[in-house]
Amino acid sequence: MSTPKTLYDKLWDAHVVHEADDGTCLLYIDRHLVHEVTSPQAFEGLRMAGRPVRAPERTIAVPDHNVPTTAGRDDPKNMTEDSAIQVAALDKNAKEFGIHYYPVSDVRQGIVHIVGPEQGWTLPGMTVVCGDSHTATHGAFGALAHGIGTSEVEHVLATQTLIQKKAKNMKVEITGKLRPGVTAKDITLSVIGATGTAGGTGHVIEYCGEAIRDLSMEGRMTVCNMAIEGGARAGLIAPDEKTFAYCEGRPNAPKGEDWDKAVAYWKTLFSDEGAHYDKVVTLKGEDIAPVVTWGTSPEDVLPITASVPSATDFEGGKVEAAQRSLDYMDLKPGTPLSDVEIDTVFIGSCTNGRIEDLRAAAAILKGKKVKDGLRAMIVPGSGLVRAQAEEEGLADIFKEAGFEWRLAGCSMCLAMNPDQLAPGERCAATSNRNFEGRQGYKGRTHLMSPEMAAAAALTGRLTDVRDMM
Amino acid sequence: MDKFEKLTGIAAPMPLVNIDTDMIIPKNFLKTIKRSGLGVNLFDEMRYDREGNEIADFVLNKPQYRETEILVAGDNFGCGSSREHAPWAIKDFGIRCVIAPSFADIFYNNCFKNGILPIALPQEQVDVLMRDAEKGSNARMEIDLEAQTITSSDGDVFTFEVDEFKKHCLLNGLDDIGLTMENVDTITTFENDVLTDRPWI
Repeated sequence: MSTPKTLYDKLWDAHVVHEADDGTCLLYIDRHLVHEVTSPQAFEGLRMAGRPVRAPERTIAVPDHNVPTTAGRDDPKNMTEDSAIQVAALDKNAKEFGIHYYPVSDVRQGIVHIVGPEQGWTLPGMTVVCGDSHTATHGAFGALAHGIGTSEVEHVLATQTLIQKKAKNMKVEITGKLRPGVTAKDITLSVIGATGTAGGTGHVIEYCGEAIRDLSMEGRMTVCNMAIEGGARAGLIAPDEKTFAYCEGRPNAPKGEDWDKAVAYWKTLFSDEGAHYDKVVTLKGEDIAPVVTWGTSPEDVLPITASVPSATDFEGGKVEAAQRSLDYMDLKPGTPLSDVEIDTVFIGSCTNGRIEDLRAAAAILKGKKVKDGLRAMIVPGSGLVRAQAEEEGLADIFKEAGFEWRLAGCSMCLAMNPDQLAPGERCAATSNRNFEGRQGYKGRTHLMSPEMAAAAALTGRLTDVRDMM
Repeated sequence: MDKFEKLTGIAAPMPLVNIDTDMIIPKNFLKTIKRSGLGVNLFDEMRYDREGNEIADFVLNKPQYRETEILVAGDNFGCGSSREHAPWAIKDFGIRCVIAPSFADIFYNNCFKNGILPIALPQEQVDVLMRDAEKGSNARMEIDLEAQTITSSDGDVFTFEVDEFKKHCLLNGLDDIGLTMENVDTITTFENDVLTDRPWI
């Protein structure tokens, strides 16, 4: 009998083009997603070496990081000059190298990690890379997906392969059921809180267990999206009927006989009984509470019912880091988190900018008003998510509640476009990073689920969404 | 790519853990379409105030660390975004080696593509080198990639691990794409096989 394999082992083995004696492999890349910020230097490199894109039919580009999310943005005059230059460079490179492209004017434009699955480019069993760390998102389909730097973007453009050594296997199991008010975001933040931001370094995480199986595809994408925040190279969830149902009929998914053949193959993509994991972490679904972050690292996670910690609660280098976080966040140890007042709410990003996230926020906001004086913004993950939310009446709920209803893009998740926090402003955000300055110079970020962000918008402070259910 | 063989230089101490790529190079500097010129904005928000004046007590602003070529840092250095602008900024500043207890994967890989040597050492050894770095410009560390050693200014020698292939590329300044292109026939064969087995790719 052959050695039992993990899902990661199977995906890896299916893509090794060449293995050197020292274990360095050339891994074939099935899908390469490209955006405007990390690709210009890579295309320039190709141009200088006179190299074409090896597989333009497997390369998909969309501008998302820089683009404004306000009306009139397809006119470059409404962008800052340097942003317009990057978007124009992507336009030009997409045309010149003949790759698939969704320009700002296309309703299908959006955050690259939302567009890929939505258009059926991301499918189970694939290798997917992008010059963006949140490529981990696509692991929700049982695809081996990870972020790469610009030199590697150029390498994939030129060769459709990546030089890699195999990572270790890590299993994160979430057993049992989640309690009401607890979401995929709470799972993924709680895992990082438990393992730390370096807990997954050198590993590929496979998420499994009943609570993961119970999640929708949107929820699974939220979980895998933040695998990188736990330090892992990628996050994975074995595909199942939910995955196949999500993929079926998507514009670039296989059809007819190919579909049947694909599903038959996808059904083999699971970890064998007895497969070896180098590291195992288990959390009980019922122990997970709605959480928020208090500091400037995604590992700074606490239940909303907790209080701000003190630096002396930590050990080693984390003591200084925690003190720095508390100073930066202007928080006093012992303050109940639910007393922390906010100025801004941001709902969106590749972590939580999908239709299900907007539905969840709308369910909390329906018929209610955003707290006076608060800035609240919803940025759908793609033009199609936006259109669907309008069709379902969600956009009206948001607008009536006092939210700004924006166009698709990365927006205030990383604040490369005009959507930024002012110094000292505090934000309840559904995005993925609470680093210093991430959402704007000296801006303060608390990460949470869309439900929790919506609840915070109503009260003007960090709020336990369960009190509103 | 620039070769890396030996380096003797000033090391700056940055004991903070989880130094992320947003700290190394904030997003407002990612709008460039070039690789060069980012050194002046390395650690921008820690290094300058809002008006662009240097913050005197930030390590790289201190007179003794202006010519830093080696950084000694806390655990999980380079976590966060995949932006290669982070190693570009480090290199452009003049830093060719970063020593820390651990690195985030993508940053670690990106370093090797840019002639920078990231070295992971056990915490106790980093602590020794951190104290050495705190001595300032008179204390020069020596890094020897071929021998895989770091020598502190006191003569303490530490050995480090590095992947053989990555070491080979760095020592010789080799371009990955050129190396992979030598296997182009293998890629074509693989591609043809894959298209038969998985035509939806």
